[in-house]
Amino acid sequence: MSYFNSPIAYVVVSIFLCLTNWFFFQDFFLRNQASMRAYFTLLPWIFLLLSPAITMRSWAEEKRSGTLETLLTLPISDFEVVMAKFLSSLLFLTVFLIFSLSVPYSISNLGSLDRGQVLGGYIGALLLGGAFLALGLLISSLAKNQIVSFLISAAAGFLLFILGSDMVLQQTAEPISSLFRFLSLGSHFSSVNRGVLDSRDLLFYFSFIVFFLYLNTKSLESRQWK
Amino acid sequence: MALDDISFEVKKGEVLGFLGPNGSGKTTTMRIITGFISPTSGTVEVAGINAVDNSLEVRKKLGYLPENNPLYTDMLTSEYINFVADIRQIKKDKKKARITEIASVCGISEVWSRPIGELSRGFRQRVGLVQALVHKPDILILDEPTSGLDPNQIAEIRSLIKKIGKERTVILCTHILPEVSATCDKVIIINIGKIVAQGTISELEKQASGKQAIYTKIKGPKEAVSRALDGVSGVVDVKVADRENENLIGYNLDVAGDKDPRESIFNTVVKNNWTLLELKRERVSLEDIFRELTINE
Repeated sequence: MSYFNSPIAYVVVSIFLCLTNWFFFQDFFLRNQASMRAYFTLLPWIFLLLSPAITMRSWAEEKRSGTLETLLTLPISDFEVVMAKFLSSLLFLTVFLIFSLSVPYSISNLGSLDRGQVLGGYIGALLLGGAFLALGLLISSLAKNQIVSFLISAAAGFLLFILGSDMVLQQTAEPISSLFRFLSLGSHFSSVNRGVLDSRDLLFYFSFIVFFLYLNTKSLESRQWK
Repeated sequence: MALDDISFEVKKGEVLGFLGPNGSGKTTTMRIITGFISPTSGTVEVAGINAVDNSLEVRKKLGYLPENNPLYTDMLTSEYINFVADIRQIKKDKKKARITEIASVCGISEVWSRPIGELSRGFRQRVGLVQALVHKPDILILDEPTSGLDPNQIAEIRSLIKKIGKERTVILCTHILPEVSATCDKVIIINIGKIVAQGTISELEKQASGKQAIYTKIKGPKEAVSRALDGVSGVVDVKVADRENENLIGYNLDVAGDKDPRESIFNTVVKNNWTLLELKRERVSLEDIFRELTINE
């Protein structure tokens, strides 16, 4: 909620923006194409680290300072609290993405950019980021400390992402490989990245996010021990 | 198990002191009432609403200041209070007036634009109080509201609580006895999860141990005086309290039930040609009752 009040937020965003841009532009001129495809392929890995960084302190901080008690004794439902945390993290991610708009802006000055692909890429990035955040928030509400929360969120995000990658699918046979491809965060992302907004992919991401936010709410309720 | 078969009632407009040593279950009880944790058995009703089934409704009627007054230190005072006011759904047109009013009653106007992290403990406590009062709740629950404050701040918060308590029902959790004597109508004493005493302070004083105490200072030889005092009807025990010098000794006398041996003591002293310098009846204090009921080995 008050992420932006602290200077740490700005430092984190700046660092990640610089990193992303650096990795992208390294090969950019070699490829000699006015395309953001590589940027959006890079983004998931950036998010994989950025979103646990955002979510790791969200519940831990409330527990530590005791404000969780204030929050849960106000007349708002547990779900509303979870939603609020999710949306504020998502907003943070969105700000990151907004700042990254400098990339397509500069590229479009060099050559013609496929607007549809860029739009698809950003939507996919936002959905993927949302999924990572929902996952990270759940883990953060269960983890004992922030480091554990970060590591497990990153690891879980990683696993779910590569679940549908060629490398993994080659090792598995049907019907498991179909299942993996269906569940994987990564495979849905690649299709959105191509600029094709398939409703199945959108549905997947929404369901994923809702599912984890629901689990998060339940984990809050179960915290109410006697 | 934190609480053992606790059962009590608070009437509207009462200021109830919930008194107990640390770890006795006061905070757990408050957390059940406010909906932070659920009880494993039993019912809780606040203003006729079931607090377990209908927690959200109950929370609307409550103002709660948890132990250690947790606050969002990154936020400005104004941001935080506005945040709480919005969550409490105070209507937009009334919000500003209400906030200004409660801020000035609690005296936080001067730190309004400062980050909470920069405020002194005293001010933070007031911010916590404002958060609990901003929606004009009928019921206020305060858990150790004066902990960590210096004596001046304690006095201010207490008078604030007294003022607020006039129009509301208040439950005050504390282990500080004078706080209860100063602000509460009724007291519940809790120890290791069980209620060990309930009633108004004067009721408790009457119930307790059935003993009274008298302090007297007499000039005379110790042995003889002690024996004589012991012999006075109603005096149960004689203990030496202090000695000003060889023959000038103060005694603490335990007195049975509702006997009043003061006149007999006076007559005894006169009869023996000793001198009576002090004679004082002492009430069994709340502290004595508390210690007796909550002494844990």
